[in-house]
Amino acid sequence: MPKLTDTLDDALSCIRDGCMLVVPREVSGVPMAATRALIRRGVKMLHLVALPTSSLQADMLIGAGCVETLETSAVSLGEFGPAPRFSAAIVNGTIRMKDATCPALHAALQASEKGVPFMPLRGLIGSDVLNYRDDWKVVDSPFGSDDPIVLLPAIRPDVALFHAPMADRNGNVWIGRQRELATMAHAADRTVVTVETIEDRDFLDDPIMAAGTLPGFYIEAVAVTERGAWPLPLPDFYPLDAAHMAEYARMAATPEGFADYLDRYVHDKRAA
Amino acid sequence: MFMTSAPRDFRDEELLADIIAGLIGDSRHVAVGNASPIPATAALLARERNGGARPYVSLLQSRKHNFFTDGARELFDCAGQGRIDVFFLSGGQIDGQGNINLVSIGDYEHPRVRFPGSFGSAYLYYVVPKVILFRTEHSKRTLVPKVDFVSAPGGNEPNVFREGGPIALVTNRCVFSFDRRKKRFTLQSIHPGHTLDEVNDNTGFDFDRPAQVVETPAPSRETLALLRGPVAQQLVEVYPQFAAQVFGVGARVSA
Repeated sequence: MPKLTDTLDDALSCIRDGCMLVVPREVSGVPMAATRALIRRGVKMLHLVALPTSSLQADMLIGAGCVETLETSAVSLGEFGPAPRFSAAIVNGTIRMKDATCPALHAALQASEKGVPFMPLRGLIGSDVLNYRDDWKVVDSPFGSDDPIVLLPAIRPDVALFHAPMADRNGNVWIGRQRELATMAHAADRTVVTVETIEDRDFLDDPIMAAGTLPGFYIEAVAVTERGAWPLPLPDFYPLDAAHMAEYARMAATPEGFADYLDRYVHDKRAA
Repeated sequence: MFMTSAPRDFRDEELLADIIAGLIGDSRHVAVGNASPIPATAALLARERNGGARPYVSLLQSRKHNFFTDGARELFDCAGQGRIDVFFLSGGQIDGQGNINLVSIGDYEHPRVRFPGSFGSAYLYYVVPKVILFRTEHSKRTLVPKVDFVSAPGGNEPNVFREGGPIALVTNRCVFSFDRRKKRFTLQSIHPGHTLDEVNDNTGFDFDRPAQVVETPAPSRETLALLRGPVAQQLVEVYPQFAAQVFGVGARVSA
């Protein structure tokens, strides 16, 4: 059974320097409180996999110097503009970028989910995304004739980390229709989840809840962290904090402004 | 060269949505990615023209107009099976062969400018039958002879599995159609208030011109009524600021 805790740093202890960490896209339950805790702790050299894209989370981890390698399909603040620390890190060459395309990341994690070494995917041939990925291969389909197809090696993260609405007393986590969170947990060695609340019941006793539940079997630790996705949204529970995102976009436009942002919203707020 | 003489009773966004709805035509399923309010408007308009029944419209940014329950991968699996007929892509650069660049300007390993990334383009461009390219900045900076990075190519060698690709490029100045065999754009129509000279001067790639260039038709009264009525109401949920700004509906959200 997963460890249920109120202590976020305790739950995050398995995320070590240099590990491969997979996190979800900007609207699927991004663990922002946990991200701030990792930045406070000063985690280093992460291989960050954002499934399949990211916004504030990747930008902050990059700006704070936590990321060595980024593997994703796009990083942007959406309607709040480009992701400034990400863009600067690429232009300045301070992180290693593994550019992907969204379904390639889903497929490579699904390979790990199934315990197979690779997954084929259509598309990609003739794209520079493929040309710059020496870990992806093109083969002639063994089931066709002259049918080239791309093979993607399985991505097996050390840790999956996400935020969800609720867990039950046995550490089962309700993810609703954000099914990519289950794929992440199935593919990773360990999974750490932050939740808004822990309910004193068992979701698997209720067939309607069970259909949207990730069993505790896959989970290492669950930490209660209210508004743990803020300022990003938790789908069906709370919206994005537009004013805060605009403030971030403004401040993070320069390294000095980003440092001020970290002082104000990350380092000074132990519980945030 | 021509200029429109009739007074304008429509906005640019309405004209663009009308053009795109025409390109969508009679389709079963139209999907629209994030941060694409005009394509979303067009998809909802296409559906209202059919009495609200067809096509299915999946707005990925919307909770209401989004039936996927199997996570973010379902869109791509759906497209891979041919269950998505129309999708929209754009690019920091688009070239005359229909290649799009969503990654960077300059050398990939030492870029001068970095864009967000390729998103799903390196897959969806191949598997969705009608991809409509949309870019509201029609300039030599965006429409270039050759992209610096090919996020997704306009065409492939004949042995590469490719059911989909670009059918058209819609800009703030004109509409180009795309011939997949020739891998070339042809100018289709120029929007009211814009000129052929202006299109020539602002397009960095070579394209074919028909003998006679026509003006993009203005939206009809029926179209404007649908846009300003049911379509505007549906946009409030997913693009509140756009709906307020263009159609004056819903409450403006401060950002």
